[in-house]
Amino acid sequence: MESLLDIFVLENSQLIEQLEQTILCTEKSIGIDGAVDEIFRIMHTLKGSASMMMYDNIASLAHSMEDLFSHIRANGPDNLDNSRICDLVLSSIDFLKNEIGKLENEQAADGDSFPYIQLIEEYLNHLQAGESELDAPESIYAPAPPALDGGVFSTPLPEQLPRYRALVFFSPGCEMENMRAFGIVHRIKDLVIIEDYIPSDIAANSSSSELIKQNGFDLVFSCSLPAEEIRNLFIKDPFVDSLELSVLEEEYPETAMTSEEEPHIPPVEERDCSVECKEAGAGSGLHLVNNRGNHISVNLQKLDLLMDLVGELVISQAMISLNPDMSLAAQLDGFQKAARQHSKIINELQDIVMSIRMVPLDMTFQKMHRIVRDMNKKLGKNVVLEISGQDTEVDKNIIDHLSDPLMHLIRNAIDHGIESPEERARLGKPAEARVRLEAKNESGDVYILVSDDGAGLDREKILARARERGLLSTKDRDLSDADIYSCILRPGFSTCDQVSEFSGRGVGMDVVASNIEGVGGAVVVSSTPGQGTTVSLKIPLTLAIINGMQVRVGQSIYIIPITSIRESLKIRKENILHDPEGRELIMLRGQCYPVIRLYQHFRIKSDQKDLTQGIIIIAENDSRSVCLFVDALLGEQQIVVKALPRYLGKIKGIGGCTLLGTGQASLILDVAGLFEQPA
Amino acid sequence: MADVKEELSQEEDTQKGKFLTFLVGREEYGIEIKYVTEIIGGIQAITEVPEVPPYVKGIINLRGKIIPVLDVNLRFKKEAREYDDRTCIIVIDIYDLCVGLIVDHVAEVVAMADEEIAPPPDARSGFHSSYIKGIGKVGTAVKLILDCQCLLNHDDFSSLHQIA
Repeated sequence: MESLLDIFVLENSQLIEQLEQTILCTEKSIGIDGAVDEIFRIMHTLKGSASMMMYDNIASLAHSMEDLFSHIRANGPDNLDNSRICDLVLSSIDFLKNEIGKLENEQAADGDSFPYIQLIEEYLNHLQAGESELDAPESIYAPAPPALDGGVFSTPLPEQLPRYRALVFFSPGCEMENMRAFGIVHRIKDLVIIEDYIPSDIAANSSSSELIKQNGFDLVFSCSLPAEEIRNLFIKDPFVDSLELSVLEEEYPETAMTSEEEPHIPPVEERDCSVECKEAGAGSGLHLVNNRGNHISVNLQKLDLLMDLVGELVISQAMISLNPDMSLAAQLDGFQKAARQHSKIINELQDIVMSIRMVPLDMTFQKMHRIVRDMNKKLGKNVVLEISGQDTEVDKNIIDHLSDPLMHLIRNAIDHGIESPEERARLGKPAEARVRLEAKNESGDVYILVSDDGAGLDREKILARARERGLLSTKDRDLSDADIYSCILRPGFSTCDQVSEFSGRGVGMDVVASNIEGVGGAVVVSSTPGQGTTVSLKIPLTLAIINGMQVRVGQSIYIIPITSIRESLKIRKENILHDPEGRELIMLRGQCYPVIRLYQHFRIKSDQKDLTQGIIIIAENDSRSVCLFVDALLGEQQIVVKALPRYLGKIKGIGGCTLLGTGQASLILDVAGLFEQPA
Repeated sequence: MADVKEELSQEEDTQKGKFLTFLVGREEYGIEIKYVTEIIGGIQAITEVPEVPPYVKGIINLRGKIIPVLDVNLRFKKEAREYDDRTCIIVIDIYDLCVGLIVDHVAEVVAMADEEIAPPPDARSGFHSSYIKGIGKVGTAVKLILDCQCLLNHDDFSSLHQIA
C-alpha cells in the first residue's frame, strides 16, 4: 500500500516541478502576472498538504509565498521586477525540492525555511511599502544559500518607520531558549518588520540557546507601533525575564551587528533575460495543468507486473494456437477463426500496455530550461535553449535514466562549448548562443541530439590527453574523428585545466556514457571546429519488448536483437580469409570482418560447420561489426525480455532470456558482450 | 495480525520435521519440505546456457518464470545419467532463489524427528561432504539430509561466485 508520505512526495514534487516550469516560462515571456493565479493555487495546495503532514517548515514557506502572490494578485503586477520574484521563488523551490528529496529518502524534512520566509517577507514588505523598485537593496533578491546558519540579513527598511533594538533575556531555567525566541519572532512578525536577530539560527540550531542564555536574544526591527505596545508584545511571553528596548540611529545595523561574520551573498547581476520561450512556449507549461484532471498516477511496479502478464499472455496464446496437438484442428474452421480473433485482441492489449508506459520527453526537456537559466546567470553567457521533438515518447524506465545525462551534456555545452560573449563578438558569431535539444524517432530507436554552436572540440588537445593517459594504441592516421572524440566519454577524462562549479572533472561525460549504455543505447560525439559540437544519444524505445531474430545453432535457438543486426547473408568460399594466427575473416565489399562461430563460442554441438552452408549475420555495436555464424534463420518475432535467473550471474554475450511461442526458454544475445570475449 | 502469525506458525509446524526424499544414483537423499515449491514430473525442454559449470543444465520455463536447473548427479560429481520417465525436477526456493534440481526419481515425504537425525560423521574420520547436513534414519533405511544452501553455492566455480 502506498503510504500517505509517498503520495505527498509524489504529488508535491509534481507540483513543484510544475511551479518551476511556470516560473521559468513567465520569466521568459508573459511576465509574472500571467501565472499568478496558478502559482497561488500551487502554493495553496502545497501548504495544505504540508501542514496536514505536519511539515511546518514547508507549510510556512508556502504560506509566505502565498502571501506574496496574494499581494501581487490584489495590487496588480505593476511595478514588479520579474527577475527578482523569479529568483526568490526559484530559491524557495530549491529548498522545497531539497526537503521533499529528504522525505523521499526517508529522512526528516528538517531544513530551516526561515531564511527564505524572511527574504520573501522582506520583499513583500518592501512591495507594500510601495517603494520604487530600483532603490531596493540587492540582498532582497539574492537567492539565499540553502543552509544559512548564522546568516545576517541587512536590509534597510522603509525609512519612515522608527527602528528598535530589543534585547530579550529569558527567565533562568526555562530551557529551549532558542525555541522561545523563535516563538517571539513568529508572534511579532506580522506586526513589525523584523530586520535581524542574533543568534540568527535559532530554529535550526538548538545550541543557540546557550548563546541566548548568555547574551540574550538580540532583535532589530522596525514598526509603527508605540514603544509601549511593543514592550507588551514581548512581555506576553511568560518566560521573558527582562527586555531592553531602544530606538536606533540610522546606521546602526552596520556597526553594531558585527558580532557574527556576515556571509557574503553575492548579488545577482541584473541581466536582461531576453531569452524567449521557443517551441515549448508559455503554452505548454500551462497546458499541462489543464490536462491534469484526465490523468491518474499509477504505481510503476503495477505497470511492470501488467507488462509481465501481458507478455506471458502473448506467449501462452502462441502456445495454444501453435500447439502440435492442434495440427488436427487444421480443418476446424471455427477454432481457427476464434484463435485469430483472440490473437488480434491480445496484440492490441499489448500495444496499449506498451503505450501506457510511454512518456513524452517533454518534462525531461523542460527541466533543462532551469539549468540553462542558472548557468546563464552564473557564467555571464547568453544562451538560448531550443527544444524540438519533445513529444517523442520513450519508455518510462528509460526516461528516468535520461535526466542526468542531458543535464551534463547541457552543462558541458554551455561551460565548454559556448564561448564567452566577448569571444563570440570577436569571431563575429551572433551574441545569442544556441544550444539545441532535439528528439526524433528513427527506425525503432529514439535519437536525442544535444548540439551547440560553440567552439567545437579541440581534436589535438583530446588526442594529446588521450595519449598521455594511454587510451589510444593505434596510430594517429588510423584514428577517425569519432574514435578521438569518443575518448571524452571515458571516466576522468578532461581536457579542462580548471575545474569549475559546473564541469571539468571529467565525470559528466562518463555519467552520460554509462547511463545511456545502461539502457542499451549508444553515444556518438561529432564536432566541427568553430561551428559547434553535437552529441547524439541513440536509445531504444523500450527495454521490455524488442524485435528479435530467432536463429538456430545446433539444437538451440538464440535471439539476436534486430537493432544489432545489419544484414544477414550466405557467403561464398572466396570471401573467407585466414589471418596468420588462423583466425577466420570474411571479406565483404572491401570490408573485413572477424567471424564468431556461435556453436564454438557457446560450446554447443552443431552439425553445420561449413561457413558457406550456414548463415552469416553481420552484427554491429558502437560502430564495431562482427560476423556471427549460425545454422539457420527462423524468423523475426517480438519478444519480452526477461533477466537471466540471478543464480546464473552475468554471462558475457548473453543479454537476457525470453520465452518462445513454443513455451521454451531462449537466450538473447548481447552483441556488445560478444566483443568483450577474448578471441 | 495474530491470526496470520498463528497460521504461519501452524504451517511451519506442519512442515517441520518433514522431508522430501529422492533417489540420486543408489542413495536416498532428503530435503526439508519447506524449501520445496513443486515437483515437475518428466523432463521438459531445457535451454542450454553457455559459460556455466557442467552441472547447470540450463534454464526452463516454469509457467512464465524462467528458472535454472541443476543436475544433482553431476553436482555430486557422479556420472551423468540418461533421463528417463522417472526423472523429476524438484523446484526449491531458498532465500528467493528459485532453482530446479534434476533427480533420478522422487520417493516420498517422510517425517523424521530431530532425534532421528544424526550429525554427519566428523570430517577427521575421512568422510567429507559439505552438502550433507545430517543423516536421518527411518526404520532401517538411511537418508542423507541435504544442505540446500551449500548445494547452490558455486564453490568450484569462483568467477560466478564472485558475481553472485
